[in-house]
Amino acid sequence: MTENSAQKGYYGPWGGAFIPEVLHQTFAELNLAYEKARADESFWQEYVRLMGNYSCRPTPLTYAENLSNHFGGARIFIKREDLNHTGAHKANNVMGQGLLVKRMGKKRVIAETGAGQHGVATATMAARFGFACTIYMGEEDVARQRPNVFWMEQLGAKVVPVTDGSKTLKDAINEAFRDWVARMDDTHYVLGTVCGPHPFPEMVAWFQSIIGQEARSQILEQHGAMPAAVYACVGGGSNAMGIFQGFTNESGVDLVGVEAGGKGIHTDQHASRMTGSRAAAGVAQGYKTMFLQDEDGQMLDTHSIAAGLDYVGISPILARLGDSGRVRFEAATDDEVIAALQLTMRSEGIIPALESAHAFVQAFKDAPKMNRHDAIIINMSGRGDKDIFTIAHAFDDPSWKRFIIGRGDEYRNSMLASQKAKD
Amino acid sequence: MNLTADLRKRLETKPILLMTHLVLGYPSLEVNRRVIRQMAENGVDCIELQIPFSEPMADGPVIVRANQEALNQGIRVKDCLAFAEEMIREFPQVNFLFMTYYNILFRFGEELFIQRAAEMGMKGLIVPDLPPEEGETYLRRCREQSIAPIMFFTPTSTDDRMREVADHGDGFIYCVARKGVTGKQTVMDASLAGYLERCRKATDLPLAVGFGISRREDVAMLEGRADMAVIGTATIRLVDELGPDAVGPFIGGLLG
Repeated sequence: MTENSAQKGYYGPWGGAFIPEVLHQTFAELNLAYEKARADESFWQEYVRLMGNYSCRPTPLTYAENLSNHFGGARIFIKREDLNHTGAHKANNVMGQGLLVKRMGKKRVIAETGAGQHGVATATMAARFGFACTIYMGEEDVARQRPNVFWMEQLGAKVVPVTDGSKTLKDAINEAFRDWVARMDDTHYVLGTVCGPHPFPEMVAWFQSIIGQEARSQILEQHGAMPAAVYACVGGGSNAMGIFQGFTNESGVDLVGVEAGGKGIHTDQHASRMTGSRAAAGVAQGYKTMFLQDEDGQMLDTHSIAAGLDYVGISPILARLGDSGRVRFEAATDDEVIAALQLTMRSEGIIPALESAHAFVQAFKDAPKMNRHDAIIINMSGRGDKDIFTIAHAFDDPSWKRFIIGRGDEYRNSMLASQKAKD
Repeated sequence: MNLTADLRKRLETKPILLMTHLVLGYPSLEVNRRVIRQMAENGVDCIELQIPFSEPMADGPVIVRANQEALNQGIRVKDCLAFAEEMIREFPQVNFLFMTYYNILFRFGEELFIQRAAEMGMKGLIVPDLPPEEGETYLRRCREQSIAPIMFFTPTSTDDRMREVADHGDGFIYCVARKGVTGKQTVMDASLAGYLERCRKATDLPLAVGFGISRREDVAMLEGRADMAVIGTATIRLVDELGPDAVGPFIGGLLG
């Protein structure tokens, strides 16, 4: 995916490696290890074997007959990344980087996490490979995503709440870099998406390309032709890059990236970089891309119902594909996302993550305008059932609230009782 | 006189030079003004003026918080430029440098920023997230405007890398004393001494050594090994705890 860029790690004007000098040597070594692995066919074979045995790959491409009938247009297929171990496409990237860490001989991994999916995936990988693991997570996200923090800790990772800046994903990335500059000798930073300094965008896109490779042969087998369109939600952009790579060379396939429209892209509460007018070219977190920022270059606060899309930047590779018109960008609002999620659950018995539901929104807008001999693929990047706290909260479900209050009372009473017994 | 020549001249009469640092707008420009006066009157040779950025990736907790507080209070890049211009006029005996992250230059317009800085008499620029590989136009424009692009050596730099980086730099080389972010203390040991010897061999430019210096002993241990001691986080902590008037005696004490 490097195209014909003059410089390695550039995609048109985007990308690069804007790293402090202290990391120069670390990146030189990482680039070497990555390029060696990439040139070695046995590395990819080992990766595919591992993902088949540990993470349910190849994931199915499910024909959503009821949704297709409901809209009466294109045949809707769903690529089931939710069926990966840990419940999302994040597993593809972390297991790939885990194999690389083994080759590099490092013993400790660190990662940033927003909603906690990438943190849980990294903690899982670390447990499997026997690495020490520290996860940086914004203090606000720690408070909002306790279930994922619980799992990371149970898996043996240390979770460090980040109290700087907006206390969310971007601040966790800064903090992970600060750890890395102090401990690069024994530590690898498992960046979670197709962003950051080179080689991360290219490397993570490579590991995620397994989605597109599978989807391409599956749609040919089930539908007998290329799809008319492929939909994916875009935060950093790793699941989108993963599936798009199976179709970028097929000019007839409309590739659609769906960003977080939040409360609407005309408001200041969204995370849309390619749609809307609040983003501009910038350099932060080690790379150049479209960032949501003010006139001075200070990053703006973002909002999305889906924590995994709540990020200021976008993959430099996707920014390029957007510029060239190869990828069409759309935005889905929080309200549209809830409606699409409800419809998908009721019609297919499938529960997409709030992030993935963004892709469903746009697919549902387009499907009725297409013909029955057209097929479309929605990349379902993750499953929603494990995010029950977030989704039940978003649904404002009264019986769920009663349950939480009841459980809270129960805990409070038992804590008070044991306190009294001590006194 | 360019920055390198000025520093060499100062070194004829002093065993070691001092560079101090502050974050513009933290806690306020008014306090910055008083702190800078104390620094200048107590013989500081260079002052780094850090323009706040929302993502200060290479900084430690004290400076990160200072960046954030300054931004929360509404400091703008244009305020920083105007303030710097005023300080340069008021304290011609001090070499002023801007320290900031690349996005600040990039959004302002790289060419325009360098030109503005040079015109107001800024002597150098320190941009920790812009390695020479990404800074081709930046380095060229700095040369054209006779403003020193400060380069970094670190303990992880190979000898070859040091020479390569030094070729792009001017003014002095900022030698990071240890791995990690700003504000943590370092002791002089054989490995630090050996590292500074490697730095010396790699360049003719003066060597500034930073990160974690806060006492007279820290400065003394650098004499003969480096040309300039960098005081970063220590003055921010001092102003937080004791107010701006404590800065003068602190600086005086560092020089012994």
